[in-house]
Amino acid sequence: MKTLSLALRNLLRNRRRSLTTLLAMTIGLVAILIFGGYKANITYGTETGFVQAYGHLQIQHKDYFIEGGDNPTAYGIAGYQRIVDAVKHDPVLAPMLTMVTPTLQLGGLAGNFSAGVSRSVMASGVVVEDYNQMLLWNDYQLKSYAQPLPLVGSSLEAVVIGTGVARKLKLCNALKVPNCTQTATVVVGEGRSAPDDIAALSALEKSDAPRQDENRIEMLAATAHGAPNVASLSVVKAKNMGYKAVDDMYLAMHLAQAQKLIYGSDQPQVTAIEIQLRHTSQIPAARERLTQLLATEFKDQPLEILDFRTLNPMFGQTEQFMNSMFGFISILIGVIVLFTISNTMSTAVVERTVEIGTLRAIGLRRSGIRRLFVCEGVLLGLIGSALGVLCALFIAYLINHSGLSWTPPGYSYAYLILILVWQDPHLLVGSVIGLILVTIVSAGMPANRASNLIIVDALRHV
Amino acid sequence: MYPVVLKQVGKTYHLDSVDVPALIDINLEIRSNCFTVISGPSGSGKTTLLNLIGCIDRANQGEILIAGKEVQKMSNDALSDFRARHLGFIFQNFNLLPVLSAYENIEYPLLLTQMPAAGRKQRVLALLDAVGLSDRAQNRPGQLSGGQRQRVAIARALATEPKLVLADEPTANLDSHTGAAIIALMRKMQREHHVSFVFSSHDPQVQAEADDAVFIRDGRITGVERRTESVEAAV
Repeated sequence: MKTLSLALRNLLRNRRRSLTTLLAMTIGLVAILIFGGYKANITYGTETGFVQAYGHLQIQHKDYFIEGGDNPTAYGIAGYQRIVDAVKHDPVLAPMLTMVTPTLQLGGLAGNFSAGVSRSVMASGVVVEDYNQMLLWNDYQLKSYAQPLPLVGSSLEAVVIGTGVARKLKLCNALKVPNCTQTATVVVGEGRSAPDDIAALSALEKSDAPRQDENRIEMLAATAHGAPNVASLSVVKAKNMGYKAVDDMYLAMHLAQAQKLIYGSDQPQVTAIEIQLRHTSQIPAARERLTQLLATEFKDQPLEILDFRTLNPMFGQTEQFMNSMFGFISILIGVIVLFTISNTMSTAVVERTVEIGTLRAIGLRRSGIRRLFVCEGVLLGLIGSALGVLCALFIAYLINHSGLSWTPPGYSYAYLILILVWQDPHLLVGSVIGLILVTIVSAGMPANRASNLIIVDALRHV
Repeated sequence: MYPVVLKQVGKTYHLDSVDVPALIDINLEIRSNCFTVISGPSGSGKTTLLNLIGCIDRANQGEILIAGKEVQKMSNDALSDFRARHLGFIFQNFNLLPVLSAYENIEYPLLLTQMPAAGRKQRVLALLDAVGLSDRAQNRPGQLSGGQRQRVAIARALATEPKLVLADEPTANLDSHTGAAIIALMRKMQREHHVSFVFSSHDPQVQAEADDAVFIRDGRITGVERRTESVEAAV
């Protein structure tokens, strides 16, 4: 019969009160875990989406991220293949890598001149096989919305566009894009045909690649020398990019096609080398090694290494927002649980004052009394935590299998609502430890009061 | 050696801004192996004196020696350990722990002295047998009568084999028949275990059984009556 056994029996003594306290703790923990699980799904999902598309780290020309977005040609990385090879074969980095691949981002104007429409696009020139391989990264075992680029084995002129771009370029019917409503063309000015110079460039391009279908578009971009260049492209598919702002501007093409458009017959360059790691936690180690590598072997080029958080500030903002919400809710629930347990323990101290006096009289030290009440609090915390975790897992299972979905702000399709409780051990362990700490703190004050009772006063208590 | 010696002991309670003297200039020696009854009218200071002897309250002045130890100078923890090893308590309301069985209530003080499990079991079973409750070992206090509860309390008080047991009105909540049986049991245990019992009591049955009687009034000892010869025993 140790303190633990006595504490457990004391809890069972007033079962209704203990159950009420446990219920408050359980509900509190369930609320924290469900919201935490939802938060985890959003942050991990956002991270996964970005890492799949752009990697964990990117080697870029210095200041390209800040200054070069609208002028990629001025911030290209020459001799990029040597850097790619060096990274891939570095003995420190190699075990951490899942992919190292070059990419060229460029802006331009895509036009479907037969329909008399055009729009600006942000194009990505990628090594298609590498890109599709990167989409398989799913370290958190989430539901992946990644769609591989259907460009493997296709000709250089093949491209994929966002459904928003397809809508603007009136290609919905030709590409058989589901749920894509084409609006009537608003005619600006009198002419509907392309400007003469663009038409001439387009015609020149057409002569190289004979047209076979109605999915063709022209893309106009500025070359490295500042001159306009046009590529005649064949759209093989329109895919929903999820995020509307991206979907309305997205165009993916073969890296060689993008380089041809920008650099012509000059030495091709890229705007970034994307590095995807096995685990996000490897970023600091990989970055440190990359920094050494660039400083020693490629010190002639002004390069910098950026991680996905820097490249995608919205990720950090979303994470910060969700964390602040989670923190606020956790504190709120923690305070409620704290006062509930404190009230329960205080009542127990008052009810058991004579018992406390008796225990002290027969030789139990003050610390023994304190330990007894804290032990009761910890037991409540442990039982409440176990019940809370079980209930949260059950509720999360129900939600995850309910098929509920929602469309986040700015997104163009609905996401399944998923609650990642079991899949997020940090959340699970952190919440349980947090709850137990709250119970210790809340039991500590009444326990201290109990231990400081004057024996003769306690024995006289009615 | 006397198990209890009080020299010039005084105790004053501070109630709001008023000082209320509860004990004044107490000089007392309790003989070993005796039944000592402290008697006096309500408010005379009986319980206060018993609390000081039991080391659950501190005097404002004077010297208190229990089993040869000057308890006034001991720290709180040292006093707790001292009580656990050297003193037994019997309360008017029995004060058993309601969540523990009779066996566990008797065993509890032994846990505080870190006694090994085998020794504890032997001691508790012997005490249960001595107080006639072997068949009630697993009953909780709520399942026992008043007399049975007080028997458990007596067994608990003697569990650590103290040389001094303090009993505050031990028969006050019992009918006269049960009270007489409890007094007889305490007397039997006192003789078998060579222990000194100090009571505060109004009960004529207890007073009649006493070896020594201490009379107290208005916080002062008004008389000590030695009714039997001293029975020396090791303290």
